[in-house]
Amino acid sequence: MNQQGLRFEKLKIASFDFTCCEGCQLQLANRESTLADFLRLLNIRNFREISSGRHEDYDIALVEGSISRSDEVERLLAIRRQAKVLVAFGTCACFGGVNSLKNRVSGEAAVSEVYGEMNVETMPVRRISEVVKVDLSIPGCPVAKEEVERIIISLVTGSLVTLPKYPVCVECKAALNTCLFELGEICLGPITRAGCHAVCTTGKTPCLGCRGPAEEINMEAFLHLVGERELSRSDLQEKLAFYNAFDAFTP
Amino acid sequence: MKRDYTIAIHHLTRVEGHANITITAREGQLIEARWTVVETPRFFEVMLKGMSAERVPFLTSRICGICSISHALASIRALERAMDIRPPAVAEKTRLLAMHGETLQSHALHLFFLAAPDFAGTASILPLMESHPDIVRAGLQLKELGNEISRVTTGRCTHPVSLVVGGLSKAPDKAALAALQKMIRERKPLLETACAFFRSLAIPDFSRETEFISLSNSTSYPSIGGCLISSDGIKRDENEYLLMTNEYTKEFSTSKFTRLSRETSAAGALARFNNSSAFLHPEALKAAESLGLRPVCHNPFMNNIAQLVECVHILEDAELLIDSLLDMELSAVKTPWKAQAGSATGAVEAPRGILYHHLETDAEGRVVRADCIIPTTQNNANINLDLKAVAEWALEKGKNDREIEKLCEMVVRSYDPCISCSVH
Repeated sequence: MNQQGLRFEKLKIASFDFTCCEGCQLQLANRESTLADFLRLLNIRNFREISSGRHEDYDIALVEGSISRSDEVERLLAIRRQAKVLVAFGTCACFGGVNSLKNRVSGEAAVSEVYGEMNVETMPVRRISEVVKVDLSIPGCPVAKEEVERIIISLVTGSLVTLPKYPVCVECKAALNTCLFELGEICLGPITRAGCHAVCTTGKTPCLGCRGPAEEINMEAFLHLVGERELSRSDLQEKLAFYNAFDAFTP
Repeated sequence: MKRDYTIAIHHLTRVEGHANITITAREGQLIEARWTVVETPRFFEVMLKGMSAERVPFLTSRICGICSISHALASIRALERAMDIRPPAVAEKTRLLAMHGETLQSHALHLFFLAAPDFAGTASILPLMESHPDIVRAGLQLKELGNEISRVTTGRCTHPVSLVVGGLSKAPDKAALAALQKMIRERKPLLETACAFFRSLAIPDFSRETEFISLSNSTSYPSIGGCLISSDGIKRDENEYLLMTNEYTKEFSTSKFTRLSRETSAAGALARFNNSSAFLHPEALKAAESLGLRPVCHNPFMNNIAQLVECVHILEDAELLIDSLLDMELSAVKTPWKAQAGSATGAVEAPRGILYHHLETDAEGRVVRADCIIPTTQNNANINLDLKAVAEWALEKGKNDREIEKLCEMVVRSYDPCISCSVH
């Protein structure tokens, strides 16, 4: 690949999915207007959802989903052995995601509720970093393709990969939205990492924290804000637990 | 000629989710043909327990990365019926438009990214970008248009933002709707390019009679709610979804199975076309005629063509919906509601077929019990029978193992299975 006289190597990339909805991988095929340019940066070695070509010589592995069965552990360990850079791709991979809500009950109780007498294997849901070393995390439910494009370009050009450090509130204010706290809602915007362009709050629905904690959040001040307005404690718990992204901060 | 075959496909490619195909033949006779769903279960029915009604659509949309709007709307419909909530007309129209966006996106993804490479003999869409640039461009621009319809109506193309119990959290923007109308009119001719391409393909001349199940109403092509009908003459109320599905499990598959009058049945674009083609827009009927699709069609490979015909219908109907939204006052988009105990079914026609969510709430509007039955679950048994029938048909025609493998993969892909969805 030649750009302004400089040569860049295409990234030998693969995409894999585990316990998830595959919505994050699907984002790779979105933003159709830039898709051809995006694909020009990549040498896709393995991507079951869209290609029958399967090769094991990839350098970068995008890993979508959380881990909840022993064959997934085996598959993930093999990917870790091959990949130079393993990317936790999306909220399920980074934090466990909504799947973690299952962990409130035992595996046996979950299986009997859904499958009755049938024998089905399941384990408590784990995020990728609980099973193997993760080199890079791209959060989001789903991931934002624009951000993925930016990170891929960084990897191709060897520049620093960064995520915004500030909270969703910054992007929400820039969009001139009315604060949802002013409308009597608990919103996780003040404690959640930005990068989503405040898409949920712009649609007048509260942030549920899919991108996980922003850097240096002030949880105490946030809880004070909720308490001061006498907002529902159970609503707060439901929102903080939704993507399992605030388990380290949950009061 | 070789007459003993063992075909084992681990994790079939170009489908959503994980499943295997095994075909065994000895001395030219089929011994076994099996489609096995091995996807990891997520247990959404367990995850939903105790969830507040407000949050439910944000959870159920995560069942599927392709048809998240259908899942959000099926659970919203179940909750609104359970708690006796009537959304305003603007919200109902916007939801129908959102469904169109999702179906167009999903069908375009399937037709061009997942199915077309089989007909062109390539591993993926990537080589087609060089060999068939016009076709790929048409596919991408149609998919982008579907995504744009979803974004304008729900705030985001995957995992909708503004679809909530009672209506919408935010009205669609009129200027954005007008721009969308323009984009639809500009891109409609791409469908002709797509139809010409699919007319040129050799669709396998195979058929196996089955029962087709879909939603039905007396005024329009099915989308959100209605009664449950089958091509064998069964008609039931939406809440009687259990009698329509008779779900059962088999140890080899993490996706369940359903049945109605026969051993198996089919849901999806072909089922909708077979049961409700009379309600298609005249342009879509013309396209069907030109593509050789007539009801009742029992060729599973023609599900691809039925999807394309639906894309024609969608763009015509989307124009009408946008016209009427532009004529309406878009301020009141949400009906205020009070939580109450109740239970109901919400059925919608997801891109891949009829989708049921049944939800029971307590007095606070929290989910007490949930049940979701997915289109691919309803097709699971039918896929198994078609796989067997296609393998036998191909053996009779003296096809070699490579050809049999390809035909078997193709018949499964024709269903556009959404496996992770089916193992929610």
